[in-house]
Amino acid sequence: MSTLLDKIWASHVIHQFEDGFDLIHVDRHLIHEVSSPQAFSGLKDRGIKVKSPALTFAVEDHIVSTLPNRTVHTEPSGVELINTLRQYTEDNNIKLFDLDHRNQGIVHVVAPELGLILPGQVIVCGDSHTCSLGALGALAWGIGTSEVEHVLATQTIRQRKPKAMRVIFNGKMNSYVTAKDLILYLIGQLGVNGGAGYAVEYAGEAIDAMSIEERLTICNLSIELGAKYGFMAPDIKTIEYLYDREYSPKQKQWQQAIMYWQTLFSDSDAVFDKEIVIDVTKIDPQITWGTTPQDVISITQTVPDSTLYRNNNTQQAEKALSYMDVKPNQSLMGLKIDNVFIGSCTNSRINDLRQAAKFIKGRKVASHVKAIVVPGSKQVKKQAEQENLHEIFLAAGFEWREPGCSMCIGLNSDKVKPYQRCISTSNRNFEGRQGPYARTHLASPIMAAACAIAGCITDPRQMTEV
Amino acid sequence: MMNTRTKIIGQAVPLLDKNIDTDVIIPQTELITVSKKGLGKGLFARWRYHDDYQLNENFILNNGCYKSASIILAGENFGCGSSREHAVWALLDYGIKCVIAPSFGEIFYNNSYKNGLILIKCQERIINQIATLACSNENNLLNITIDLEKSCIFLFLDHQFPFDMESRVRDYLINDLDEIKESLLLNEKIESFQKVDRKKREWSYFSF
Repeated sequence: MSTLLDKIWASHVIHQFEDGFDLIHVDRHLIHEVSSPQAFSGLKDRGIKVKSPALTFAVEDHIVSTLPNRTVHTEPSGVELINTLRQYTEDNNIKLFDLDHRNQGIVHVVAPELGLILPGQVIVCGDSHTCSLGALGALAWGIGTSEVEHVLATQTIRQRKPKAMRVIFNGKMNSYVTAKDLILYLIGQLGVNGGAGYAVEYAGEAIDAMSIEERLTICNLSIELGAKYGFMAPDIKTIEYLYDREYSPKQKQWQQAIMYWQTLFSDSDAVFDKEIVIDVTKIDPQITWGTTPQDVISITQTVPDSTLYRNNNTQQAEKALSYMDVKPNQSLMGLKIDNVFIGSCTNSRINDLRQAAKFIKGRKVASHVKAIVVPGSKQVKKQAEQENLHEIFLAAGFEWREPGCSMCIGLNSDKVKPYQRCISTSNRNFEGRQGPYARTHLASPIMAAACAIAGCITDPRQMTEV
Repeated sequence: MMNTRTKIIGQAVPLLDKNIDTDVIIPQTELITVSKKGLGKGLFARWRYHDDYQLNENFILNNGCYKSASIILAGENFGCGSSREHAVWALLDYGIKCVIAPSFGEIFYNNSYKNGLILIKCQERIINQIATLACSNENNLLNITIDLEKSCIFLFLDHQFPFDMESRVRDYLINDLDEIKESLLLNEKIESFQKVDRKKREWSYFSF
């Protein structure tokens, strides 16, 4: 009667401390240029090297320029961070996917597509959206720089086992509704603190029906629920997805892996600390109106009355309304927008670009809107170009960029200008997230595409496909 | 390395919004550095400064009465969002030694004690009470005492608020633990785990 969490956790415990913490083996440690270089200096001070460099992979993604023909110097503020990461990875014999590497891209997009993430593994990375990788049936979570240093030194992490929550998505998704809408809806229901202390296992008919890419989108937003971990049991789709990827196990080991992966599910009599059931047939396209991901409504709904905001927290609601320059009881439809961003570890995979392109084909981005597409990785970009999706985006007036975190976090020059409004397929609508005073509305790639064309917030279902 | 301490005494500043995320604590524009030092100037940058980086006098940390505050009284889910440890480094560099809130972002929580920033979980009702008592008279702010050994917040002689803290975290804060050093002592155990695990899950180790 074990949960999948129990099974993966137990298989990684090296040592149990009396204080309730466990020493857990880390199977893959992913690092990047913004949160990880600071960890290496501590190792240097101790005179030790990285414990398992073969299990450690580095990517340049957070601060890199996304402009065509970029070099390290296109984004001057990132040069020191990038060069420091390059030096440390070289000194420690760690594989680095640098700016010019054919596998470069956003860490959480690159790692699955290379077959670096396998079911039953424990994965950590100095980035909170590492929970995305749970979509492959792994237990993956974001850590801070001190923890990065600990993992580099020992290939382990000290962690208290989280509680188990299961979210079951029942039913079939309506048309124009995506994985992004499901997870935003869930966050709206449970709140940004609703998953705190839990590892969330997603299950149910709607999850079973999803591609791995859609599952990555679901798991990606677990942290916006307050849950460090989100994951799903592997199934035949997971196995098909991983088959023959660059770093996937091959031949005899592939066979052994499949045998092992078939044991990775929550037993039918497993007990969860919390269980939530969601009927997905009731979910419409979602969009956020405020400054946390829980501030979300269906496109047909109106912005809540501040006096009815969560636990009568009127003051908080008013602050968010004022920051976003929206009014209580207002419909968002028709609200003029300035930017559209299609990208980020949430929604920058080939499926996301296909969905957006399908909507955009034969149409033009409204003249006042600056719209960019930032593919999640070089591989995604290449695939999209083979399918001529870039032609569709470019013809419509979108910019077609190089891979990176870009306007999701605004570390590089891809920022939303102060007080401008952006429809973004990313994961955080926090104050200033996309740039100082930027106003972010989170939505799916379909919604983002529709809004780019309309020049304002719109219901994609009211626009027919060309 | 952090300093050994069992007790801190300081003034508190109320910042009672819920869900103050690490992007607000230190915006992305303020953290582009390979160093852990000097981040205090970017703390709450969008709230503390106007868009021309002139001080925003309306933000509570810029209120003269709270200039020397070293304890933040916060709303639930403080430090949610991004894993950026820069948020902790910025708070410490600014002079914040302790944050009291009903709950914290989980990654932020781990990042904090590993750097010696004290996080105390307290019910919202109690935090509001402390805020009323300690921050009401702005010209005469009270010192509050956080005693880690006694797990108690002291205001006046007759106002004590006990709190729970994980023993591991308390140990860490008081005894200046070096977790990496401790874990390295278990190196033999780690290596024998890998040896056995490699047989069970050979496919996980790139030995092909």
